[in-house]
Amino acid sequence: MSDRPVGDRFRRFRDRLAGTAGGPDPTAGESHATSFRPDAPRSDAAAQAARLAPVPSGAPTQRRRGGRRGRGGEELTVPAAGFTSYYGRPVLKPPVWKWDIAAYLFTGGLAAGSSLLAAGGQFTGRPGLRRAGRLAALAAVGASTGFLIRDLGRPARFHHMLRVAKPTSPMSVGTWILAAFGPAAGVAAVAEAAPWLPEDGLPGLARRVLPPVGHAAGLAAAATAPALATYTGVLLADTAVPSWHEAYPELPVIFAGSALASGAGVGLLAAPLGQTGPARRMAVAGAALELYGSHRVETRLGLLSEPYRIGRAGRLLRAGRVLTAAGVAGALLGGRSRAVSALSGAALLAASVATRFGIFHGGVASARDPKYTVVPQRERLARRAAVQD
Amino acid sequence: MSPGPNSYYGPLDPAPDAGWSDAPPRMGFFTDTSVCIGCKACEVACKEWNDVPGSGLDLLGMSYDNTGALTANSWRHVAFVEQARPAGHRTPPFAGNPTGGSVSASSAAVAAGSGNPTGTDPGVPPGSPDAAARMAAGPSSDATPTAAGTQFLGMPGDGPPGRTGSAEGRTDFRWLMMSDVCKHCTHAACLDVCPTGSLFRTEFGTVVVQEDICNGCGYCISACPYGVIDQRKGDGRAWKCTLCYDRIGVGKTPACAQACPTESIQYGPLEELRERAAARMATLHDRGVPEARLYGHDPTDGVGGDGAFFLLLDDPEVYGLPPDPVVTTRDLPKMWKRAGLAALAMAAAAVAAFVGGSS
Repeated sequence: MSDRPVGDRFRRFRDRLAGTAGGPDPTAGESHATSFRPDAPRSDAAAQAARLAPVPSGAPTQRRRGGRRGRGGEELTVPAAGFTSYYGRPVLKPPVWKWDIAAYLFTGGLAAGSSLLAAGGQFTGRPGLRRAGRLAALAAVGASTGFLIRDLGRPARFHHMLRVAKPTSPMSVGTWILAAFGPAAGVAAVAEAAPWLPEDGLPGLARRVLPPVGHAAGLAAAATAPALATYTGVLLADTAVPSWHEAYPELPVIFAGSALASGAGVGLLAAPLGQTGPARRMAVAGAALELYGSHRVETRLGLLSEPYRIGRAGRLLRAGRVLTAAGVAGALLGGRSRAVSALSGAALLAASVATRFGIFHGGVASARDPKYTVVPQRERLARRAAVQD
Repeated sequence: MSPGPNSYYGPLDPAPDAGWSDAPPRMGFFTDTSVCIGCKACEVACKEWNDVPGSGLDLLGMSYDNTGALTANSWRHVAFVEQARPAGHRTPPFAGNPTGGSVSASSAAVAAGSGNPTGTDPGVPPGSPDAAARMAAGPSSDATPTAAGTQFLGMPGDGPPGRTGSAEGRTDFRWLMMSDVCKHCTHAACLDVCPTGSLFRTEFGTVVVQEDICNGCGYCISACPYGVIDQRKGDGRAWKCTLCYDRIGVGKTPACAQACPTESIQYGPLEELRERAAARMATLHDRGVPEARLYGHDPTDGVGGDGAFFLLLDDPEVYGLPPDPVVTTRDLPKMWKRAGLAALAMAAAAVAAFVGGSS
């Protein structure tokens, strides 16, 4: 910022202001000009001249909503909220987590779902599912660790996470879950190499020892997997971010469903057709949980559901729903076709990605706008006052 | 040590709860905004003493506030609010003077989109234009709107209020100033969620980041219900007010309170400050300032009371404070329960998928 000439920021501001007054600014993503130029100043001046009460505070917003609808944008069912704020600035600091964390939500869930699939394959004699699940779990948990460390402000200090174990910190709990899951998933995946080892000598010993060790490790990974898939719901909910916090009953459900569906997707993509039966049923169960949960967060939270329905989060969650439906349909109907199975597996994986990023961005959007902080808290105060009266 | 009944929510003396034996009395700030003159000496003193880096030079279009918000590089932040309403009970100081707000609705809307490069993340994020316009147009129910269409000159007017505008557009005018700071909550969400133990509770009941431990995970930033703590760019760690832990440990007053020329920022044992604040509020009510109210003083509120609390002259959200903050960990037991149920459902679904079919 030091290399900018003095006054540059102000000049840009003045230019933007001039653009606003003169007509819709083509550079602005959303034109504010329509709402403020003709409406707000004129009505203010009129009110002032007449010494009347001030303009109803929600008025400019409502007009703007109308304009947006006219432009074919998204329709808002929640009425525009009149609330006070400090120059419209957010009350909260939006999360500093970058896309890595949203990606980790996906890979963590994928690791959990895949390891459950692998354990199922291990117990029911479906080596194709087992192999695909174990390898996917290792790859996903490796990627998860990478994403988590990359997102730190000080990546070299990642091991400071292991200084403490704090139940009040979902991130600390998650660190320890990951520390238990990761090595188990790793050993289980490495055990898949046993058939390729020579039969005699030390490698031969490993060849005989690895499968049972792998089974034990796979079991351990599967036992931790549900915790790995659902703690991330608490991770997001245990923040001041309004749309995450209030969605705390649903987030673990969505994430559990999404993890199951993505694990099933791996099975459909990589396992032989004859062994994919359980993966198809897992896809249905996962999709049901995921769709139920995301329907709830999009409708139950009142104003705080809005960030999940509009903007980028809304588009991602809708895409996730379509992809989930397509994936489940393919999984149920395409049982005889390798290609259809693989396609539906890919659709389920893509659906999981879209859902995770949608939930992530919905929360971030709710922290960026002071409306989502102030209005629900005002309503809470009003309810409390009503009870006391 | 096992957690007490109110360890997550409710009234509590935080230092003994955190394991301090023979803790000194809880120390805190009482910031009386009714005597704040907006000199920003607190901001400067804090930067000087704590060696906080500069936070960039900018014009934000927010009255004389060009700091914008509390960030990793601004541990005190003086808010300026211009309102077209009489200042208090008496003859309004600017009665009869032609005045005009320095910010019109349209300029406020544009200004809300400007971001201040503070060298921190998220720093001062852009705001909502609608809300900014409403504020400039006079949001309070008993306020008259300021003169709309005043041209924004990048400065809050080229003279003091009362010298601008036309005689026809006369309004009353008051200026609210408030030095914001970390609240050092009784139930501090930042501390609760910190996964490294970098944030800790001092013997004075304050909340401090240990810079040699913090690895910049950013969880505290999302957890703070006041939007206080922030990440420094390049450095990567989270920073906030320490209530001058180094100074109060040797019996000195924190730098901001020491520098405050009007005793708007008062430092002392929290119990004493609460009594002082109640007395001050009673005095103001007697003198005809019914809008005076305390914020963050109540040990039964959503964060168990703040170690740094305020006397405000308008609703908290006017100053950028949340009207009813609640520590997020209040609901944590319920969250873990829900996650446990979801985990069980997930395991059951996986078992059923393998057991309950023919293929």
